[in-house]
Formats: sequence, structure tokens, C-alpha cells
Amino acid sequence: MTLALRPFANGLTKKTTMTSTGPKTLFEKIWETHRIDTGTSGAGLVAIDRVFLHERTGAAALKSMAAAGRPVRDPARVFAVMDHIVDTRIGRGDGTLMEGGSAFITETRAAAKAAGITLFDVNDPDQGITHVISPELGIVLPGVTLVAPDSHTCTQGALGALAWGIGSSEAEHAMATGTLRIEKPKTMRVTFNGQLALGVTAKDMVLALIATHGAGGGAGHAVEFAGEAVEALDIEARMTLCNMATEFSAMAGFIAPDAKTFAYLAGRRYAPANFDDPYWQTLKTDDGATFDTEIVIDAASLAPMVSWGTSPQHSMPIDGAVPQGPERAHTYIDLAPGAAMLGTPIDVAFVGSCTNARLSDLRRAAALVKGRKVADTIKKAMVVPGSSAVKRAAEAEGLDTIFTEAGFEWRASGCSLCFFAGGERFPEGSRTVSSTNRNFEGRQGPGIRTHIASPETVIASAVAGVIADPRELAKESAQ
Amino acid sequence: MTPFTTLTSVAVPILRDNVDTDAIIPSREMKSTGRTGLAEGLFAPWRYGDVAARTPDPTFELNMPEAKGGQIILGGANFGCGSSREHAVWALVEYGIRCVIAESFAPIFRANCIRNGVLPITLPRADVDALAWQEITVDLPAQTVTAGETTHNFTIEDEPRTMLLEGLDVIDLTLKALPAIEAWTDADRTARPWVYLEKTA
Repeated sequence: MTLALRPFANGLTKKTTMTSTGPKTLFEKIWETHRIDTGTSGAGLVAIDRVFLHERTGAAALKSMAAAGRPVRDPARVFAVMDHIVDTRIGRGDGTLMEGGSAFITETRAAAKAAGITLFDVNDPDQGITHVISPELGIVLPGVTLVAPDSHTCTQGALGALAWGIGSSEAEHAMATGTLRIEKPKTMRVTFNGQLALGVTAKDMVLALIATHGAGGGAGHAVEFAGEAVEALDIEARMTLCNMATEFSAMAGFIAPDAKTFAYLAGRRYAPANFDDPYWQTLKTDDGATFDTEIVIDAASLAPMVSWGTSPQHSMPIDGAVPQGPERAHTYIDLAPGAAMLGTPIDVAFVGSCTNARLSDLRRAAALVKGRKVADTIKKAMVVPGSSAVKRAAEAEGLDTIFTEAGFEWRASGCSLCFFAGGERFPEGSRTVSSTNRNFEGRQGPGIRTHIASPETVIASAVAGVIADPRELAKESAQ
Repeated sequence: MTPFTTLTSVAVPILRDNVDTDAIIPSREMKSTGRTGLAEGLFAPWRYGDVAARTPDPTFELNMPEAKGGQIILGGANFGCGSSREHAVWALVEYGIRCVIAESFAPIFRANCIRNGVLPITLPRADVDALAWQEITVDLPAQTVTAGETTHNFTIEDEPRTMLLEGLDVIDLTLKALPAIEAWTDADRTARPWVYLEKTA
């Protein structure tokens, strides 16, 4: 028999650092900073610096804590936002297109107020998708631990944080204790060497990684993204890359902070005014540090990627032929092995989600669609900004006009068509091209066939009415 | 949480890779803000030929007569991938599933299982396949899965094992370490002052 779990020794924290003195990875540094020594064995007790909730899972966690009589230990470091099922039509209130959905909003509001945490409500100027507003407001910072009951929390690793998704019960644990009990994951580095070609983006990088190494390829690992092509990405594109670490089954994905990171964050509402403290420069993997697993990818060889099946690992270069996959996936998506992806007719085009709805995404999308029209055969084309701040900034630049003149609807911010909770629906068998992160069976509605891709590919496809290669439009727009 | 020691049940095979939590419970089946009322939505897209009418699809494994009363399901690689929704595990528990044996698990789903008294067991794919539709016994103290004359050993980390065996509320357990947590926090407040925020809203 193994040991029974014992309570941790009371008080008496020996500030022992059970650490090696050799070169360390960034993950190891963040882990060691947050490890609370309790003098007992078992899973590690890791301090959690930030917790984020949304209305879909947040009310459940807060209500359960309240029922157990457990307060939130430090409410100033817990945030909540309405993003998942909020109506994205302009002029919204608490009503949702999902039947019964407004209860999630009103109960989250009441529970957040009772718990004393900070809430960004439906029509708050700072409302937006969790993983868009947290960086916007400087809530996530390099070197912090941040968790949320939402799998795409890994997005925020783009700022150099250790950020990961958890369940509601673990969220309760994090809020009640300021810690989580977790085993130390293994480390992985994914290095993208070289430079991306025109029309190829961070979305294509991560889809290529998952297509090559599988949707379970990162299991058990905290993944650092590195290399020339990663360093060259702007902060928002880095968020796109880290966003899909969960689709790789990694615990977290992150990128060491650099001058771009500090410049992005300095002075934001919850962030330090500057990053002059020498501490910040230590947040990187030391030369000579080793990882449990290393993957190297030639970024220059990558093409725009699009998913063909029902898992993100069913992704392929857009100008290729559909590979052989599980029969069930081919049947669901109605594409046979060997079929060309280019030219596949689509019904719906969507630019949005925590993957690809930041201002830079919308700027690139608008640059491609400017002066063009959505094809007549497209039944719905929508752009949903990732946050209310993104929406305002895009409108100030006239991007909304470009989209609406092209035939896209322009919406208020939220998760929108990334998943189907019972709101906007399309006939079974409809085919979408979507800048989102999941192409599971039924993810966007019963029988809906989803192709995930970059915003550039969504725009090119919306204009053509069929899956289309964005590189031609990109060349024209670059001239 | 119900302690887990041993369990004997038919093993119902859902032997697909990358079974995601949208398949285990679609977002549209998460109709209340609580943890209950979810069993009906379990595997809804696969379980019902007509989801709205709740007409069972007889070809889905959980609907087959030999699955009746089954408390163990078998899965392929990366079981439980996708959304972190704990509703997937709550739905399994409410339906009566206490154990999932798969080639591998997605990490958030696996952690959610342990928090809810569901034992996640990882075995090589050939061994998982061989358990399909067999009456098997899972023994957590012994860390074995037995089907007829065949016994497979499995590994699980000490802490999840103890949590499942004892049905522990880990929040209470961690709160006993509050003095250590507070001492750590006091030191960290000096080391990393930017982490600590004043309530503004």
C-alpha cells in the first residue's frame, strides 16, 4: 500500500528550493517559483496567481463554493466575464439565442457579486472573450500562473505565463485555496525555424504541428514554442499559436516574453507600468537547458492549412488531397480520401473566436476582403470581434464598413459560432469555413461540417464560395 | 464523493480515438447552471437517432442490450479531448459510469474524472480492445483489471489513487495547509508585488 494522504504540516514553510542549479527551462523556473513546500509527498501544491471564469462554467463553481461555505480567498485576483452564450447581435441584453441561456448570465452575475470578484458584464466596455480581454487588460503577465475552467486558457501563455484550462471543481480549489494540487508535467519545446511564406500564419503553424504529431501529441507536456518564426510573430499571433495547445492535448503552451511582450503589456490596467525589474529578463529558457521532448518544424515549408475531418489532427495543406483517415470522419464530413480540398463549396464563413478575433486578425481579414464581395452562394458570413475593445478599435479604423460592404455581418463580441449551444443554427450538412479551433462532429451544430483555417483562408473562401487558397489574394493585396 | 475500491461490470466499448467532450455532452445539452440533469444528454449526438425526439440509435454501443447496467466504458486514444467542461464527467456519473479504460486521456478530462470519483485507467490499445463486452473486475487497491483468466496491471499516481479510494474532498485537505500557503504568499508579495491586486471594481 502506498501512503495515505496526510494533511500538510502546519505553518513552518522552509523556503527550501528543491531545485537543480544547472540551466533551466522557462517552465521549470515558473514551476519552482510557484511550488509551495509543505513538507509532504503527493502531488505538488502550486500557487495560482490569477483565476478567470465565464458564465458557462463560472456560476456552477461559485455556487458550489457558496453552498459549501467557502469564500474566495483573494477576490481581487479572480475575474469573470460573459462571453460564451451572450447574444452577439448589436443591442443585446441578458437574453440569449440559447433557450434558457440567460440563467447562466444572471446567476453568474449574482454569484460574482456575492463572491466579490471582478465581473466584466454583458455590456461592460471591457467585455470580450476571456482569452482576448485578459491580455488586453494586463491581467495575465509573464511568469504568472493563471487558470480558468476553459480549455483555451492556454492562449494566454503567449504572454509568457503558465496558463491552463481546468474543470469547475479545480476552479473551486484554486479560488478557495489560491493553489492547485497537480503533478509536474514533462517539458516539450516546439521550435519553428525559418520564416513563414506570405499568406501563411500562426494558425497554419499550429494546425501543421497537430496534423503531424496528432491531437494527443502534447499529452503530459507543458509546451514552449520557440524559434525564429515564433519570435517574429506579433503578440496577437502568438496567442493564436498558443490557443491550440489544448488541441494538441498539452497542459499548456507558452512563449518566453521578449521586448514585444513587455511593450504590449506595460501600463495596461492590471499590469506594471514598466518591466524594468531585472526579474523579467530571467523569464526564459537558459542555454543548455534540456526538454523531455523536442519537435522541430521548418516554418518556411508550411502552406495554409485547413481541416478536412472531425479532429484538428485531420488538417492538411490547403492545396493537397484529403488523406486517408477514419471512415467515420470521411462519412461525417462527406469528403473521400484523395479528394481535392480546394473548390469544396461552403455555406457559412465565420471570422471570430479566441483563436482569431483580435484586431490584427480583423485587419488582415479586412485587407483581403476590401473591395471584394462574399459569394452569392454563401448563406451566412459573419465577423465577430473578440472583445468590445477590439470592436471599437476596428470601427475606429473603418474595418466594420469594409466587412459589411463585402457582405459580412458585423457583431458584438463573444464566442458566437465557435460552438453550438442552441443559438444560431444552419441546416444539417451545411459546410462552414471558420477561424475557430475545433472541427468536432456537431461542434457548430448537429450535422454541421466545419473546416477550421486562418482568417485569411476564411476570407478567400467566402469570396470564392468554395474552399480557396488565400495566397493569391494575399499577393494581390500586398501589391 | 463516493469512494472507489472495486467494480465489476460489463465493459462497453466506445473504441474511437479522440472522443471529445462535445460528443460526451454537447454544449446544447448543458441546460442548467448546476451539476445535475445531465445524464439524458450523455453522448446525445451518438445515442439518439433523433436527438430532439430522444429516439435511441440501436447501433450506438451504450444502447445495445448487453450494455445494460454497464458502469465501465472503453475508449481509444486521447479520450475526453476538447472542452474542459466538467459536465462531461458529471453526465457520466449521473448515467452510472464509474470507470473509463482507454489507451490515453486528455489531461483536463482525466483530472475531472478523479475529482468526481471516476477511475481513469490507461492500458495498451490491444488490451483495451480485448476487454470489449467482457464482464471485468477493476480493483483499485490492487491496481488490476481482470477479465476471466487475464489480469492487467495498471498504474496511477499516489494522490489520485488515494483521492479515489477515500472519496476525499481535497479542498478541505488543502485548506489544512493554509498556514503554509499564507506564509508562501507573504514572501511572494515581496518578491513579486505586481501579482497582488487591489480590488478596484
